Amino acid sequence: MIRPDAPVLLEIRDLRASVDEQPILKGVNLMIRAGEIHAVMGRNGSGKSTLSKVLAGHPAYSVTGGSVLYRGEDLLALEPEQRARIGLFLGFQYPIEIPGVSNLEFLRVATNGRRLAQGQEELDTFAFEDLVRERLQVVQMDPAFLERSVNEGFSGGEKKRNEILQMALLEPLVAILDETDSGLDIDALRIVAGGVNHLAGPDNATLLITHYQRLLDVITPDFVHVMAAGRILRTGGKELALELEDRGYDWVDEELASLEAGEAARTPLEVA
Amino acid sequence: MSSTATVGDLVSQPYKYGFVTDIETEKIAKGLDEDVVRLISAKKQEPAFLLDFRLRAYRQWLQMQEPDWAALGFPAINYQNIIYYAAPKQQEKKSSLDEVDPKLLETFEKLGIPISEQKRLSNVAVDAVFDSVSIATTYKEKLAEHGVIFCSISEAVKEHPELIERYLGTVVPSNDNFFAALNSAVFSDGSFVFIPRGVECPMELSTYFRINSGDTGQFERTLIVAEEGASVSYLEGCTAPMFDTNQLHAAVVELVVLDDASIKYSTVQNWYAGDENGVGGIYNFVTKRGQCRGDRSRISWTQVETGSAITWKYPSCVLQGADSVGEFYSVALTNNRQQADTGTKMVHVGPRTRSTIVSKGISAGHSANSYRGLVQVGPKAIGARNFSQCDSMLIGDHAAANTYPYIRCQQPEARIEHEASTSRISADQLFYLQSRGIGFEEAVSMMVSGFCRDVFNQLPMEFAAEADKLLALKLEGSVG
Ligand SMILES: Nc1ncnc2c1ncn2[C@@H]1O[C@H](COP(=O)(O)OP(=O)(O)OP(=O)(O)O)[C@@H](O)[C@H]1O
Ligand SMILES: [Mg+2]
Repeated sequence: MIRPDAPVLLEIRDLRASVDEQPILKGVNLMIRAGEIHAVMGRNGSGKSTLSKVLAGHPAYSVTGGSVLYRGEDLLALEPEQRARIGLFLGFQYPIEIPGVSNLEFLRVATNGRRLAQGQEELDTFAFEDLVRERLQVVQMDPAFLERSVNEGFSGGEKKRNEILQMALLEPLVAILDETDSGLDIDALRIVAGGVNHLAGPDNATLLITHYQRLLDVITPDFVHVMAAGRILRTGGKELALELEDRGYDWVDEELASLEAGEAARTPLEVA
Repeated sequence: MSSTATVGDLVSQPYKYGFVTDIETEKIAKGLDEDVVRLISAKKQEPAFLLDFRLRAYRQWLQMQEPDWAALGFPAINYQNIIYYAAPKQQEKKSSLDEVDPKLLETFEKLGIPISEQKRLSNVAVDAVFDSVSIATTYKEKLAEHGVIFCSISEAVKEHPELIERYLGTVVPSNDNFFAALNSAVFSDGSFVFIPRGVECPMELSTYFRINSGDTGQFERTLIVAEEGASVSYLEGCTAPMFDTNQLHAAVVELVVLDDASIKYSTVQNWYAGDENGVGGIYNFVTKRGQCRGDRSRISWTQVETGSAITWKYPSCVLQGADSVGEFYSVALTNNRQQADTGTKMVHVGPRTRSTIVSKGISAGHSANSYRGLVQVGPKAIGARNFSQCDSMLIGDHAAANTYPYIRCQQPEARIEHEASTSRISADQLFYLQSRGIGFEEAVSMMVSGFCRDVFNQLPMEFAAEADKLLALKLEGSVG
């Protein structure tokens, strides 16, 4: 839902980041207001996951330029755990297995950290059990998954559901979901998308990274962005996704080539 | 970017127990010969049998070589450059704690071991050993009401010489190995526990070892006897100041368990480990062995080894009695330049004897951590069973983990199972936990305690949480 007067939750300006000295993000601009659903699409390797990890604070990526404001606050100055506690959530493209750490315990510690940051009291084990059982229904997950180690031995689809369960518990303000739809069977896609819709509200925002229109059929985006070579090349409404489905990404290459040629031509002039 | 580390640069938390207590100490001159052995024995006014025991051990030691089969590297130890006896100056062991030098009581309070009457740990009796001598034992009277003897071994030599003569050196003979022989010759103090027939010890027993002097070796000797149907849970802890030299610690622990009796022996070892470059720290060469002499007897070793520059330690069980049970649960953590070669021996002699080995090695920094274990099944051990699980966790890219399981089986129908695994805490796992609002250190400690859970579950309740915290503290700085 687009409301021009809604508060800005996330403002990314000319964000640049590299890994091992190799630039990956080359000037990303994006503004997200409360209530909005954004979709980011783009070829494999265009930098979508990198953007999501830089926002969440992954230590392997160094920010080389630009800024990110989260509700007006400098997001990049915060540790990853602080970002999470104030309401930023990243649903991983490849959720990580953590043997030996109980999923239930993990979810409880995470939820309580978020609650404390919001000035709510911590939940004891019993209160948390009640909450988690209620939220399990959002993703129709079997309580047996609580007893296992975090993501260990979970199937691809089960891992993705576990991500949405975490989102349901943490109640983020900005949720970035990196290809949450990939690897899901048809029923699971419906359930997960239903969960995301259920959690989306006027006060929070969602950034969906996806390759497929079928997800956007069930979660209607307010904006669609096309990423290429580390920047957002074009932004449009939901019809842009349909256009992509139709035309593929070839036009992106042309646009990118002319953009880069323009930059190359401009640079010496600026120096001079 | 924020200061969030990459796996490899969290800087070690300073060792909390590294202080030195300024107290007048009586020390003998450096070096070791027969006269020194005689002198130690004389200082302790020992009976003749004990002096003989020491002298025999000393002569055997002279013929022996330092073992070199462990995966450890360290410069040669000069045994003539060590002081073999040091004691805080206070003539006799005090009858009441009020007479103990307040500086000593203070030292132990600072270490979190309150021994003064008012502040004692409820339901844990403590024997506090400072350098070479025991300075106080709490709850002695209460234990005596149950017939339980809990005192320093020096006291036991005076008050119960017949028990010492009957049991000392019967599990670990004085010529067992180089370090055991050395200990037998010069041991200064340690704890003695005797649980008479049919008695379940009414409280946890605990000995706390503190090395204070920089040039002194510590050679304590512990002997625990559980008669028929008796049971006891015993815990030892240890710390030492930070010196830039290495101190030698060569202890011997012997456990004797008769029919239907059980001993649960837990260790939380936190000797000074040296600095991040490997300067200083304790050389810990320890022989621990228990003998299940009786039928249906049981010995359980649980160890959490976090300190020492070098750890050489293999708490073992000799399972003689029919249906006797031996257990070994171990967490060994090494960081920086620490080296640990530790494990166990389970020697199955009697029929239907069973043993369980659970070893968890965690190596961080540039450390090396080896599990070395022997499961031996003799021809009479019909129906013997062993289960071993050895897991290693690597933190960072420079640490090493090794597993050396040895099996010697002369009983074709014995069942021996061995499982092993190696894992690594990855930056991605840490990031995943952090991205859910879990702080970096808490994330490490969640993963490490998950890894160690099977062992921590074996610790007495009062200490399990502490072990968790200790590991977290030790790892601070190792992941990043
Ligand atoms: N840690 C890393 N080390 C080296 N290269 C990296 C690293 N992370 C990302 N890259 C490179 O950066 C580029 C962008 O990767 P990213 O994962 O962001 O792409 P993506 O748009 O999410 O692709 P996909 O659609 O396949 O998920 C790729 O070329 C990738 O190989
Ligand atoms: Mg991706």
